[in-house]
Amino acid sequence: MSHRAAVIEPVTVRSAPRLSAGLISLLILALALPAIPFFFTINSYVLNIFMQAVTYGIAVLGMTIVLGYTGQINLAQAAFFGLGAYAVALGTVVLGLNFWVSLLLGIAVAAIAGLVLGLTTLRLGGHYLAMITISFQQIFDLVLVNWTAVTRGPDGVSGIARPSLFGFQLTDDKVYLVFCVAVLYAAILLVWYLPNTRLGRAMRAVRENELAAEVTGVQTLAVKVIAFVLCAGLAGVGGALYAAGFAYVSPDNFNFKISIEFLTMALLGGAQSPFGSAIGTVLLILLPEWLRFLKEIYMAAYGVAVILIMVFMPEGIWGIAKAGWQRIRKPATVAPAAIKPLEFDILMSDSAPILRLENLQKHFGGVKAVDGINIEVARGTVHALIGPNGSGKTTTLNVLNGIYKPTAGRILVDGQDVTQDAPNVRAAHGVGRTFQNIRLFPALSVLENVMIGGQRRNNPIAPGETALRERAMSALEFVGMQDKAQIIVRNLPYGHQRLVEIARALAGHPKLLLLDEPAAGLNMTEKHELANLLKRLRGHGITIFLIEHDMRLIVQVADKISVLNFGKKIAEGTPDEVLRHPDVIAAYLGENAHAVT
Amino acid sequence: MDNLAINLQILFSGLAVGAIYSLVALGFVLIIRATNVVNFAQGDFAMLGAFAMMTMLTILKLPYWLSFLLSLAVMTVFGVIFNYGVYYPLRNRSFLPVIISTLGASIFLQNTVLAVYGPQPQPLEKVFKTSGFEIGGVFLDSQYLVILAVTVVAVAFQYFLFEHTLLGKKLQATSQDKDMARLLGIPVAWMIAITFIYSATLGGLAGILIGPVLFVSIGMGSIIALKAFSATIIGGFGDVTGAIVGGLLLGVVESFAGAYISVPYKDAFGFLLLFIFLLIRPQGIFGEKISEKA
Repeated sequence: MSHRAAVIEPVTVRSAPRLSAGLISLLILALALPAIPFFFTINSYVLNIFMQAVTYGIAVLGMTIVLGYTGQINLAQAAFFGLGAYAVALGTVVLGLNFWVSLLLGIAVAAIAGLVLGLTTLRLGGHYLAMITISFQQIFDLVLVNWTAVTRGPDGVSGIARPSLFGFQLTDDKVYLVFCVAVLYAAILLVWYLPNTRLGRAMRAVRENELAAEVTGVQTLAVKVIAFVLCAGLAGVGGALYAAGFAYVSPDNFNFKISIEFLTMALLGGAQSPFGSAIGTVLLILLPEWLRFLKEIYMAAYGVAVILIMVFMPEGIWGIAKAGWQRIRKPATVAPAAIKPLEFDILMSDSAPILRLENLQKHFGGVKAVDGINIEVARGTVHALIGPNGSGKTTTLNVLNGIYKPTAGRILVDGQDVTQDAPNVRAAHGVGRTFQNIRLFPALSVLENVMIGGQRRNNPIAPGETALRERAMSALEFVGMQDKAQIIVRNLPYGHQRLVEIARALAGHPKLLLLDEPAAGLNMTEKHELANLLKRLRGHGITIFLIEHDMRLIVQVADKISVLNFGKKIAEGTPDEVLRHPDVIAAYLGENAHAVT
Repeated sequence: MDNLAINLQILFSGLAVGAIYSLVALGFVLIIRATNVVNFAQGDFAMLGAFAMMTMLTILKLPYWLSFLLSLAVMTVFGVIFNYGVYYPLRNRSFLPVIISTLGASIFLQNTVLAVYGPQPQPLEKVFKTSGFEIGGVFLDSQYLVILAVTVVAVAFQYFLFEHTLLGKKLQATSQDKDMARLLGIPVAWMIAITFIYSATLGGLAGILIGPVLFVSIGMGSIIALKAFSATIIGGFGDVTGAIVGGLLLGVVESFAGAYISVPYKDAFGFLLLFIFLLIRPQGIFGEKISEKA
């Protein structure tokens, strides 16, 4: 870390969009919109539609975070919206609280509800989350209607006053609308900025491949819960503004149908972008006005529209616009001179083994996939784990980095017992991993994938985005992928994806690298390059523990080999010793094989 | 009426309502197992079945059993349409788009029915003319008895289908590993279509049976579906026995909670039970904890 000063400033590899003509025109449009009511006479009906669009828009931005960025479903956004609205309604009308106090209360209540729901159900994910959010939505609805003593039941609460800000009265419709628009823009900026922060990247990693994110060091549960809290909080803001905007709330404004509407707005516009969400919100609010002639079948047409959006526009209107834009835009490149060589920061002096597996067992029902193995991996070596198919190699690796909890036994990394730790905690101890069937974050760029690897806790790099990006570029250069930094991973050929996966692990300064069949699917040239890469890594002091079937590769790189068969270790030693071992030959070629040779 | 009789009465109606949850839950489970996707329009299958029955029986004045069979036939055809319109185009995508697509289908179905029949809940004739009979102070409603009997038959049929026929084995193979099933020459797309057809028919049957109890209305399906889905989680996600036990348990809990605690919040207790299960035993009664393979 000492020769930092000698480094040339890197050429900008911005993942955040730059100020462009498109953006400026968007900015002008955004500023012009709230001015319209001041220059043209607009009746209160249209003004109400504006108000609805703006307050809904804030809630839909919450969906962008949860659904678009983090890939989790939320079918209770209207309930969170309602919590904000009812806090302001009951706070100002019944309790006589100040608007701003009620507003904060509303956001807090919504966010806390999101936190509780998230903590209890997000570890289950998927369908459970869909179901639990619907249940919450239904209970909320039941409480609003039936708990008349507090909520005033189906009649709702009326006479909600508008606030004043720094002595300014926001009572006038137009003025209040401008205020709401300002809040909306602030929310858009926040949500727009989020994806290129550490948190935002972690969210997108969870969306793309939750397991890989966890193993790479992302605290997936925490990230999902934060996303949910932000989502609920934004709904609370929108709801609070809505209540004061319309001066009246009733249970009908916050039922399951509205939740679906929020969801559809995000999807129609494009859930992965705040601008998409804004477009979707405006469209779906205007649509009923345009489709008035359809009368009763309007809602039916709406249902069909939802299906059609899912089938034909998976990324929404904004997704289509963005795809067109990317076709004409040239990807940014990086000057190779600006990339620092990868630093490893590994202490070589310690002679204790870096990894110890003590009597490790993993049983699935009656199947003893791993049946009491003991392995010691010496620091700075390449240690291969081989064995016939089904001998327990991948299970060992999965137990090793915490995807499975062992049935019995202990795992010690650098003398520390990590047996009970979550995968992300092990990553924070400096354990990196690649997968047999590559697990990258397909929709993210190569650089972003590797940056997420560098985001693990305790990674010894300077704080801030610049250092992280530099680290990622160094890791990419080490594997020879620095030219591909801006390419979206799913467009890379297979061999390159393997290299990106290794670079992702390297960005996190691993002292121990677990590789699951790194040579699988590679051609001869690529295998040769891989062997060289592994030797270079070993030369820098990284300990590599790998599973591999390709004996030629193993003989080239391995210092030591452990052989598994039926979940037990049957041999261990240098490649020469092991490959001559009669039990190993028998396991691979059958009992009588040694008679043939 | 003594206390025991009252409690038995509550238990009986709880079981009957629970049986409906179980029937719809069975349809859920089949689709989950075949496609790994939750069908949020499952409840609307019940709603459609009930409206089809009401149309044949009340409006067209057809005989009961003819109406019954025709309604089931309508649901069978509907299952085909649903499969190809809602699921098939999205079969290669993740579960999220499919879930949302089924939500869209649910909105479409409810509002189409609303546009045709109007918002007024409609009565539906029971299977038997007698209202029921009394044993030891417990009144056994004939429709409830029919519901319980049909549930038993449907469960038995499903067990026979899956465990003792070649079609059942193919369906199971499809649900466990689509790629392998395809390699073995099983027409996977067709197996999934059959699942949707069966599930739609089963849902329709549930709607026809519960119609006389709940009245035939646009929203009847959504609430049943939510309960049925809770039942599948309580019983064990994707587990057939779990769906049945979960449904019955939920019906009984609601029935007792409605009788002893609060009527307006009756529906909330089901969800509360679900919350408790998700907290304490998320894999459900019969479910096994499965972790993702790397």
